[in-house]
Amino acid sequence: MIYFDNAATSWPKPPEVAEAMMHFLRDVGANPGRSGHRTAVESGRIVYAAREAVCELVNAPDPLRVAFTANVTVALNMALWGLLRPGEHVITSSMEHNSVMRPLRALERKGVQLTVVRCSAEGLLNPADVEGAIRPNTRMIVLNHASNVAGTILPVREAGRIARAHNLFLLVDAAQTAGAYPIDVGADHIDLLAFTGHKSLLGPMGTGGLVVGPRVDVSQMEPLICGGTGSRSEREEQPDFLPDMLESGTPNAVGIAGLEAGIRWVLGRGVDAIRAHEMALAQRAIDGLRAIPGVTVYGPLDAARQTATVSFNIAGMEPSEAGLRLDEEHGILCRVGLHCAPAAHKTLGTFPVGTVRFGMGVFNTADEVDAAVAAVANLAREARR
Amino acid sequence: MSEACSVILVPSTSHAIRAEKVLQRAGIACKMIPVPRHISSDCGVCVRVWRADADAARRALEAAGLEIEGICDA
Repeated sequence: MIYFDNAATSWPKPPEVAEAMMHFLRDVGANPGRSGHRTAVESGRIVYAAREAVCELVNAPDPLRVAFTANVTVALNMALWGLLRPGEHVITSSMEHNSVMRPLRALERKGVQLTVVRCSAEGLLNPADVEGAIRPNTRMIVLNHASNVAGTILPVREAGRIARAHNLFLLVDAAQTAGAYPIDVGADHIDLLAFTGHKSLLGPMGTGGLVVGPRVDVSQMEPLICGGTGSRSEREEQPDFLPDMLESGTPNAVGIAGLEAGIRWVLGRGVDAIRAHEMALAQRAIDGLRAIPGVTVYGPLDAARQTATVSFNIAGMEPSEAGLRLDEEHGILCRVGLHCAPAAHKTLGTFPVGTVRFGMGVFNTADEVDAAVAAVANLAREARR
Repeated sequence: MSEACSVILVPSTSHAIRAEKVLQRAGIACKMIPVPRHISSDCGVCVRVWRADADAARRALEAAGLEIEGICDA
């Protein structure tokens, strides 16, 4: 079996992830931030260690400004609903996932103004187009760091410079990049970084978070969810400090324990080394697939400008059929269709049919890429008959 | 550590863990304990230090930019 669905969720996970979760369940177990007994404090330390690991990974200065969430979608919603008000303007790209596009469309109905900057047919964004869209009431730029459809990397650092120059917030959706591509919230001028734990950070599902930069005054931020935090329990109002104001209810501490182990594994291997490995896989897949008659590959076609996510179609074969046959006849697990990103598919010209997506990860090999390319060549040959 | 102690009150358990790390790095003995009922009705934890170290602890935490809600005699 070849697992090429890492853009949806990474698999396998390093053994350390399961071990950390087993340790938490078997030996710790208590609720972090509640109670003061020894295992509650130990649980709190485990969660805090994960905040430190996130900071180390993205060069964020303050572990207390890392709020854990159930996934990147919750983190994005917290930032968007928490900071944007009716009458304000927000800019995004046409390569966004629905985790950004749907909350923005919902905010639009509440009176927030939205500009979707058009990307090229390869999914590339021209930063000048972002700057050109700025209005006097613009509050935020929100960008997908890399497309979940074609892997295209968006120019976050340039957008960050523009955001800084115009005193706007930059919110980055790092679902496809955290752990797979270098992120430096300082150098990239990222004010809000939303990440998921279960993709390239190699943690379990149900983990993610929001890194809140120093330019964001949290007193201006409305918490999306209010509730118990274990702090200020005498008060009936939500705490006004991080991370508690964004972390109501018992957190997924067992998941966060696994996430910390995943991030430590990534830091041990090194994001640059992971990136180099995945770039080699991506270029091998792009070159191999492009050489097959009847196969169209989408995106930049250049591993330096994309993640190890490669989208393609086979002439004469629906993506759904290709996906089913890759699974059943070749043991290759991938994802087909629209990948929750209709805007990105419209940009790439693959709407509404969608694509076949190979989402490669750190544990995949060149041999697996070659086997998958051979399988696609097989299907393409049959489709031509 | 029962006589002549002070407790440092912080907003949350996360802050207490951070405070503990800052104090340990500064060489100040400390221990995280549940907030004593007579000091606050909060259900969280605080950081206990020797009373003689209380001023040094405050300076170290302030230098680290950590929010302190108060330091009281335990």
